[in-house]
Amino acid sequence: MEEFLKTAAPNLWTYRDKFLKSFSATFEMFWKAGLIAFAIGLLFGVLLVATKKEGIRQNLMVYQVVNAVVNVFRSIPFIILLIFLIPLTRAVVGTAINVKGAILPLVFGAVPFYTRQVEVALSGVDAGKIEAARSMGSGTAGLIFRVYLREAVPDLIRVTTVTAISLIGLTTMAGAVGAGGIGSFAINYGQNQNHPDIVNACVIILLLVTFLLQSLGNLLARRTFNRALFVRNRVKS
Amino acid sequence: MIEVRHLNKTFHLKSGDVTALDDVSFKVEKGSVFGVIGYSGAGKSTLVRCLNLLEYPDSGEIRIGDGKAVVLRDGQATIDGRKMTGREQSAMRRGIGMIFQQFNLLDRLTVFDNIAYPLQHTGRNRKEIEKRVWELLELVALTDKANVFPSQLSGGQKQRVAIARALAANPPILLSDEATSALDPEATESILSLLKELNRKLGITIVLITHEMAVVKRIADRVAVMEDGRIVEEGNVYDIFSNPKAEISKRFVASSSLLGKMDSLIRENAELAEIREGEMLVRLVFEKECVGEHVLTSAAKETGIDLNLLLADAEYLQGRPLGGIVGILSGAPESVEKGMAYLQEHHVRCEVIRDGRVPQNGGA
Repeated sequence: MEEFLKTAAPNLWTYRDKFLKSFSATFEMFWKAGLIAFAIGLLFGVLLVATKKEGIRQNLMVYQVVNAVVNVFRSIPFIILLIFLIPLTRAVVGTAINVKGAILPLVFGAVPFYTRQVEVALSGVDAGKIEAARSMGSGTAGLIFRVYLREAVPDLIRVTTVTAISLIGLTTMAGAVGAGGIGSFAINYGQNQNHPDIVNACVIILLLVTFLLQSLGNLLARRTFNRALFVRNRVKS
Repeated sequence: MIEVRHLNKTFHLKSGDVTALDDVSFKVEKGSVFGVIGYSGAGKSTLVRCLNLLEYPDSGEIRIGDGKAVVLRDGQATIDGRKMTGREQSAMRRGIGMIFQQFNLLDRLTVFDNIAYPLQHTGRNRKEIEKRVWELLELVALTDKANVFPSQLSGGQKQRVAIARALAANPPILLSDEATSALDPEATESILSLLKELNRKLGITIVLITHEMAVVKRIADRVAVMEDGRIVEEGNVYDIFSNPKAEISKRFVASSSLLGKMDSLIRENAELAEIREGEMLVRLVFEKECVGEHVLTSAAKETGIDLNLLLADAEYLQGRPLGGIVGILSGAPESVEKGMAYLQEHHVRCEVIRDGRVPQNGGA
């Protein structure tokens, strides 16, 4: 392996420590921003579905505010959003560079997209199920947690996978403006120093990660469609 | 058990206002099966949804059991003159089970967990819930399907699960919204007999809406016929079947009995209903519990009329015979008069479909 890398990708071998560090920086941005975006996007998605007209808790004020925020941030290209948010990032986390400074813009970039996807996934839950749950006395919380979020799980997994993959794309863009990670590694050590093997290695690793995420997403979505992931077998005592 | 007074509901749609309920009032006796029949768009679905406040009537009053009357004002539910809280509405809904045409089971829960749904988060402990769910599974004969997901069940089985789920918290009332309309005839029959059994054994009051007269005939005690948001006729099922008054009721009754099909049969097979001069095509309906044949035979003997049978239909409704005959009545003019009078006297309603007595009048 070592010999192979030395001959096939000599530059990558030289900068292998930097490569691994970049990879772990990307990974850190990915899971930190991802986790926050997941929570906020889910919350906003639920808010949109619940407060829309004829929703389970109609509140057009809330709906329109969330809707407007999502629309505004969705229409700003991420690279512009990155620069635009620098002052805010500095004010909140103290720096606008490195992984630390990248999380906030990444969250801003991912949340609007994810919110829309969650909204679509939740809207796919049959209105009849909601009605049935209401007829059994479920209130707003019951409808959200026991019906909407649970019944939409396969679709939520699918849209989460799509968002996760696009978030990786965003982290590499953040790299271009000082966040570090695999994106900046490809630009600085690959493109700028004319080391094509480094660019290729970055492509391969990103392909691999994307492929893994997609496969995992597909598997989980399939495993949760019309069934629970883990079935508790009930036996009559 | 259920008393509804002056319910009104108008939907304001872009295409204009639609009156779904127009001054609807009725009462459902405890332990009875109350059918609501109407074509789609008649407002029956809205009506049944108003009973458990899934839909809010614009105005009117609903009283369930011995509870306080829920008064609707401007589309808001009030009780004791104040706005009803979400909690109170949930409590009211828990006292009324409901089943649907599309079953509306939760696909990601097993049969067991679907049935447990209304019991969970209500302060019951796990043991208690499990015991109750097994009881219900036995009640609907699905014990072997406890750990199966709804997608693996047939339509009839899904509706059984839905019934078990609706009854889990022991509501005294069950609402059925076209519960058999998506099922094949065999499953329909099994669901209807299950509902009837639950009604008899557990004394559950059932309000069922349907567009099929056969369903009403099979299990309802009383029936309300709806059209354009109004109840146009209400009464005992036997009475409505033997003597429908409103035009739409007649159509529904016709749709479920062979005799009612006479009109279309005449259109399709003209030769079947051809009559000669002096003859009459008649529909005889036995309104009281009389044995048709006997009356006919004696009518023929005593008045000299002759009846050529084309169609006959007889069935038992609520344990009473209901039937009729379509046939060609012939004889001398005066004996025909006498014969018809005789039949009327013996509670046989005589409707003339085609009259050949007047010359040049062959049409219906």
